[in-house]
Amino acid sequence: MGNGTSIGRVRGLGSAKSGTHHWIVQRFTAVGNLLLVLWFMVSLLHLSGLDHDSVVGWLKQPLAAVPMMLMLANVFWHLRLGLQIVIEDYVHDDGLKFFAVLALNFYAIGGAALGIFAVAKIAFTGGAAA
Amino acid sequence: MAQAQKGAKNRPLSPHLSIWRWGPHMAISILHRITGSGLATIGMMGVVWWLVAAASGPEAYATFLSVASSWFGYVIMIGLTWAFFQHLLSGLRHFVLDIGAGYELQTNRTWSLMIPALSIVITAAVWLLIFAGRI
Repeated sequence: MGNGTSIGRVRGLGSAKSGTHHWIVQRFTAVGNLLLVLWFMVSLLHLSGLDHDSVVGWLKQPLAAVPMMLMLANVFWHLRLGLQIVIEDYVHDDGLKFFAVLALNFYAIGGAALGIFAVAKIAFTGGAAA
Repeated sequence: MAQAQKGAKNRPLSPHLSIWRWGPHMAISILHRITGSGLATIGMMGVVWWLVAAASGPEAYATFLSVASSWFGYVIMIGLTWAFFQHLLSGLRHFVLDIGAGYELQTNRTWSLMIPALSIVITAAVWLLIFAGRI
């Protein structure tokens, strides 16, 4: 972009037109979290105990494993969108902001993958020692 | 950041945050970010650690339990419970604001004061029931 007109500068530097999508997905995942995290808390409170056998016996059931995997995907998606806004609002250095958002993406996708794999292993092997 | 070059004109700026008198609506807004950030980091690291420990066998799980059931673990878990309910209720407030309702000054103020109180009451109720062995 050269030293063009004002409207030319605006066209080159304006929004990427992805803000509305970010906003609406933040709301969709918020509704998902409302259902899934409340399910998770109620389930934990209803378990007979939080010892290894109780937790594994619960999590290997399809109707516990699947909502747990959905919760992990949904929560990490929601937190990726939310923390991105926090970073964009408070980190003003462009380079630092870039790497903070990069690290956030690694954290969100890595955390979701690790959690979902752990649930899958419990569901398929019953949580035997690795 | 989309930012036009600084021109010669002295454009108006929005008032700086520090000139506003603090009110409940500002407090609940920043609490939403603080609790969200806490749940996103400490909360989800804890959940993933719990799941990986459970998937790795009884020994790894025992290590997790020894930390979670220490006094420090309880402080974290009670804090996360409060953060969760604060973020949940404050999130519901955002849904109401999103449909264009709840902006009247008195309504806005009332809910901004009610939500932190409710989140503390719910957290206290949950943990009192847990410590009383009722759930």
